[in-house]
Amino acid sequence: MYRLLKQIAKVGILSEPAPAPDEALRVIGQRLDAAVLRHFGRALAIRHVDAGSCNGCELEIHAANSPYYNLEGLGIKFVASPRHADLLLVTGPVSRNMEEALRRTYEATPEPKLVVAIGDCGCDGGVFGESYASCGRISNVIPVDVAVPGCPPTPSAILQGILTAVSASRRDRTEI
Amino acid sequence: MMPMLPGVELSPLAGAVPAWRGEADATRWLAGCEALAQAGARLAALWASEAHDRSPDYRVYALLVAYEGLVCLELPVTERSPSYPDLSQLFPAAARMQRAAFDMVGVRAQRPDGSIPDARPWLRHGAWPESAFPLRRGFDAAGHTAAEPDQYPFVRVEGEGVHEIPVGPVHAGTIEPGHFRFSIVGEKVLRLEERLGYKHKGIEKRFTELGLAEGARLAGRISGDSTVAYAWAYAMALESLTGTQPSARALGLRALLLERERVANHLGDLGYLGNDCALAFGFAQFWRMKEDLLRSNQAFFGHRYLMDRVVPGGVARDVDAAAARALIDEALRLKDELRTMRSIYYNHAGMQDRCITTGRLTPRTAARLGIVGLAARASGLAMDARAHPGYAPYDGLPPKVASHRNGDVAARIVVRFEEAFESLRLQRVILERLAEGALRVPLGAAPEGAFGLGWVEGWRGEVLIALEAGAEGRIRRCHPHDPSWQNWPALEHAVIGNIVPDFPLINKSFNLSYSGQDL
Repeated sequence: MYRLLKQIAKVGILSEPAPAPDEALRVIGQRLDAAVLRHFGRALAIRHVDAGSCNGCELEIHAANSPYYNLEGLGIKFVASPRHADLLLVTGPVSRNMEEALRRTYEATPEPKLVVAIGDCGCDGGVFGESYASCGRISNVIPVDVAVPGCPPTPSAILQGILTAVSASRRDRTEI
Repeated sequence: MMPMLPGVELSPLAGAVPAWRGEADATRWLAGCEALAQAGARLAALWASEAHDRSPDYRVYALLVAYEGLVCLELPVTERSPSYPDLSQLFPAAARMQRAAFDMVGVRAQRPDGSIPDARPWLRHGAWPESAFPLRRGFDAAGHTAAEPDQYPFVRVEGEGVHEIPVGPVHAGTIEPGHFRFSIVGEKVLRLEERLGYKHKGIEKRFTELGLAEGARLAGRISGDSTVAYAWAYAMALESLTGTQPSARALGLRALLLERERVANHLGDLGYLGNDCALAFGFAQFWRMKEDLLRSNQAFFGHRYLMDRVVPGGVARDVDAAAARALIDEALRLKDELRTMRSIYYNHAGMQDRCITTGRLTPRTAARLGIVGLAARASGLAMDARAHPGYAPYDGLPPKVASHRNGDVAARIVVRFEEAFESLRLQRVILERLAEGALRVPLGAAPEGAFGLGWVEGWRGEVLIALEAGAEGRIRRCHPHDPSWQNWPALEHAVIGNIVPDFPLINKSFNLSYSGQDL
């Protein structure tokens, strides 16, 4: 126990400031009104869905949970069921074998909801493209609010995509 | 030294690893597999393809690891009866590979009495009909997009108090998709049946649309967590079929990248294994260490996961003297931090309680199933392609192979720690001895029909690539093989008799790739 506490004290707090939202990442216009986003912006529950990625994007989503990025400090939390989620974080090209599961996950997520597509494959099908086995980009299967390119996108880029999706609340925050 | 195989004429393949190939009819093919199995060989991969661009015949490949090296036994199959002898009695790991070979090419494994060992589809879920085979040339991709209803008959366990828990394909954490069907009594798992293939996105078909050099980028995205291993195996296969010899410097740098990938993944897994034992401290510490490593990958090599840094003919980035010094210092620092963390993990009663005897895979079961890589080494099978048969540059710095007898979650943790330490040592040795030489050499000619193999010990286990050149520098066939093919069935055995809440921990201790096996 002593060594454990000593290690915690030695390493200290590493959290870095969060990136600013980037409107260029937005795919479709703001779907949710500011009042909803104000709530999402303070306590956002995210459900991750891997719809067919190479697992590279998953590595960066894991990394976004590392102490450097302090997700929970921003009010962002990953949840175990789409029924608990406000936002779906989707990676992949969507494989045809995952098409129905992704649709069902989207339907199981309560309204109002947001979708952020992660990675080059999620944005445009990437190296896998569209084929007998791949539906390509996420927006070919479900509506996407924000798409984050990169192979894979860095944790900061993923975080920026998430914050862009809820950014109305950030703009409004000063007004409260 | 060439393995002796009565009735099959073997010819050596050029390249970095000792490998032979030979063609045989069905009787001799099966006899050859049996003879090698008796001599202790295991099955590395099994796949099928259409034989040549214009011929209607098929070809089944069994790739075995014999003591001497890789042996690729090829069986031509005629269209009239597209079947071949079942190997799953000899090598249990063949079962799923045979089902995948049928889904993709339409050649069936058959027992001597004419029965089919397991006729259920594996990679085909309903996106294309049973009568169509994506890797046949006549396959019309556009014609098969209408999804069929997906019915999969799981094996039912019957008895008083037995019930089923279906899990997935969408899981509760940040995990790849797959389906697990648990048959349980109370909390105890009687049987686990996996169903995979959800991530099948047509990688093998996509390869046939690419040029040989272009294929490297796709190879690096078969399983993102093993991108260096795949890119190296692909480069090795392409160099084997073009007769290209990368410089000693390029080989040293490849090994450096591969060892950095190994350490990064082991750190991430050790963090999650702590997390799954409710030791959030472990997660925070290891993921800080991993993030530091990824950031230094970005700084020194230009990519956090080192994608596209290994290229056919060499590597894409050099390391100068200052960078080498910084990387050696980083390895030394990481070694000290890892020591501290090992001492905390090994002395944490709660963690030891969760991990010791949990998810045991005995050495006997592991050997019978023919499992590979890290999980095999934790179950008493001390094999590692870097050490034996060895390939450059590892033959010059033989790695010490980590191994453990217990085969439980704790043993897989121990092996990860040991391998991370050894990997950090190897990184230092590689950097200190880095030879001069070209970063990248031009590839030789790739005659149509030329065949090459790549074999790399990645962090999870051995990654193999079999590559055949088509006309004008195109890929005729590329079969990538992930170690997860062998190890997924072993997970089904490791959970028997454990409680359901320990499954995430056991699963994490194997940490297998879905994408790598779904292709």
